[in-house]
Amino acid sequence: MVERYVMSIDQGTNSTRCILFDQGGRLVSVAQREHQQHFPRPGWVEHDAVEIWHNLRRVVSDAMAGAGTAVDAGQIAAIGLANQRETTVLWDRRTGVPLGRAIVWQDTRTAPLVEELRQRPGEEFFLDRCGLPPSTYFSALRIRWLFDHVKGLEQRAKDGEVLFGTMESWLIWNLTGGADGGLHMTDATNASRTMLMNIRTLDWDEELLTFFGVPRPMLPEIRSNAETYDEAHALLPGVPIAAALGDQQAALFGQTCFSPGEAKCTYGTGSFLLLNTGTEVIRSRHGLLTTVAYKIGDREPVYALEGSIAVTGALVQWFRDRLGLISSAPEIETLARTVEDNGGCYIVPAFSGLFAPRWRSDARGVIVGLTSYITSGHLARAVLEATGWQTREVVDAMNADSSIPLKELKVDGGMTADNLLMQFVADVLDVPVVRPMVSETVSLGAGYAAGLAAGYWPDLEVLRRNWHPAARWLPAMDPGHRDSEYDNWQRAVERSLGWTRTSGSS
Amino acid sequence: MTGPVQSIERAAAILRLLAGGPRRLGLGEVAASLGLAKGTAHGILRTLQHVDFVEQDATTGKYQLGAALLHLGTSYLDVNELRSRSINWADALAARSGEAVRLGTPLEGMVLVVHHVFRPDDTLQTLDVGSLLPLHASSLGKVLLAYGTAPLDSAVESGLEAYTRHTLVTQEQLTRALAEVRELGWAAEIQEMSMGEAGLAAPIRGHGGLVVGAVGLSGPVERVCDGQGHPRPGLITLLREAARAISRDLGAARW
Repeated sequence: MVERYVMSIDQGTNSTRCILFDQGGRLVSVAQREHQQHFPRPGWVEHDAVEIWHNLRRVVSDAMAGAGTAVDAGQIAAIGLANQRETTVLWDRRTGVPLGRAIVWQDTRTAPLVEELRQRPGEEFFLDRCGLPPSTYFSALRIRWLFDHVKGLEQRAKDGEVLFGTMESWLIWNLTGGADGGLHMTDATNASRTMLMNIRTLDWDEELLTFFGVPRPMLPEIRSNAETYDEAHALLPGVPIAAALGDQQAALFGQTCFSPGEAKCTYGTGSFLLLNTGTEVIRSRHGLLTTVAYKIGDREPVYALEGSIAVTGALVQWFRDRLGLISSAPEIETLARTVEDNGGCYIVPAFSGLFAPRWRSDARGVIVGLTSYITSGHLARAVLEATGWQTREVVDAMNADSSIPLKELKVDGGMTADNLLMQFVADVLDVPVVRPMVSETVSLGAGYAAGLAAGYWPDLEVLRRNWHPAARWLPAMDPGHRDSEYDNWQRAVERSLGWTRTSGSS
Repeated sequence: MTGPVQSIERAAAILRLLAGGPRRLGLGEVAASLGLAKGTAHGILRTLQHVDFVEQDATTGKYQLGAALLHLGTSYLDVNELRSRSINWADALAARSGEAVRLGTPLEGMVLVVHHVFRPDDTLQTLDVGSLLPLHASSLGKVLLAYGTAPLDSAVESGLEAYTRHTLVTQEQLTRALAEVRELGWAAEIQEMSMGEAGLAAPIRGHGGLVVGAVGLSGPVERVCDGQGHPRPGLITLLREAARAISRDLGAARW
């Protein structure tokens, strides 16, 4: 019998990857291509959507060729997509040509607009409808910014000539024929990050559309995360496209966090902790985002609370590239192990303010507790501990918002190779931290959702059985020591707040 | 026996030349000093640069001795870097073999476990990164001894302790076993460290093929070995594929 696979495409911030998984959820083939980051002005980050579409074509054929023996389209049971969230692309409906570069989620050009919206109509207006507070993070503000800065664009959008999408919309539209009848759709997780979707109805919210002045004809149809949307026309003719999820929701799915109370944290440049809250929409009172976790076919949607941390791995990169104290990221552990503790030193990496749970754009980074005793080893400890304490703050917020306290944290991402850090996370959370055997959880999640829709896997229980722990770190810190260190961290954070002056500066 | 290799003699001459003075030298100066064609000198300099024996100044383009020469005696590879680079391959090996996977490097006459992946059967297991294993009684250790990553002399001097009745306790037994490891390209440990347990290991190679560590799997002897007590060929294939994949990631060209 010919082996069949599920194809997963992860369109990320830095690269586009294509992975084939077998029925055991094991990785069979990987291909990856990076795309260029454009920084036209301070705070602006852009991608070329056409370059990303070309990269997608390349990685798909590379992955098909790279699986030991070549794989043909007939062996692909389904395609699933995961993507960088909130990144906004507008394109011409008739020609398929993007109207400028995609504006990336990290881009802060809409900061002045955020301030306005916080004053009027105020956060409550948005939280009630879409579960999100105004932030430079979300797509609707970017559409508004484009309308206000690109002449004639708003009118063309009203006339139905312009299409909006996040990356999955753009790629699925191209995969299904593009200007020649391409499917213009998004999924509930990506739509939940636009500030335009009603978090309860999972449909575009009339009041929000009116508020931002976004005309309905430019918006994609919102579909579930696992159903056969259409067959691919280009590239893999006839293969069903059966899943799309935002990357962090895909990681939650790949970690098989299917029950309320289960949570995962993905440790990358930034870190994203998502907690499954079941079919209930929980409105956070402690600085977390309410978001759609997944919706399978016509079943009830499952929701999540999300804590987004802006700077974790990025602090290690800064330590390597800007300070030059280490030559590769993993060496941070070697340097940190040259000392017993942090020597009283703490680093708060509020490089562009603090995200969850504090959401303080006026904060900037601080190093506190410096004495002549401090060595580069102590600084390395403080770098790693900053990731641990930021996780603790998000988990505290989750425990305060949710009725079920966290019992165990599933982790993934590059930083999980750092044993000292993972032990520290377990120590400060006082719960076990577990890394699964397949660390490519984003890709796996998109593959799982697609395979589920296509009948490649029968149900969630089978996926759960594919999940095996590869490592587990148990808490071992003295409670008194934990409390006093947490107190020190919080005092350090106090000192980072309010550093930037409010008037005009971004 | 063939004569001396000309390009290596020339490379040595270039290193001596660069070591001779405090000043950085340009390509023209190196070529002229040694009477080489510029193209030849450039090829050698680029190769030396690739192995970090020579560094080129970004602005002037001139050459000087590289930092790696200072670390020649320690053959330095950061163990956390090694774990980070091998984590995906070690996971895949555990998932496919169904056994626990460990990576080892030498530390003061022992094997330091630098990475550990649980056996994928959801049983309770404890992470043992940082623990030490005996060189002569573990498959990881035998690989490190066989390829000179850990010195044999000191292992023998400190005494070959018997962990079980199968442990190799004489220098003669051990030397013969290590020759076999080099011949096969992998090592086995069958109830030599603890009764009922067996392990297999293969070398991880860095730049130029230098062995920098070992990757191994271990489990109950009846799962790792067949009815005749020989390591199962299927496991050896998976292990060697993983070792080669990690080596390629670390820059070993041909393995």
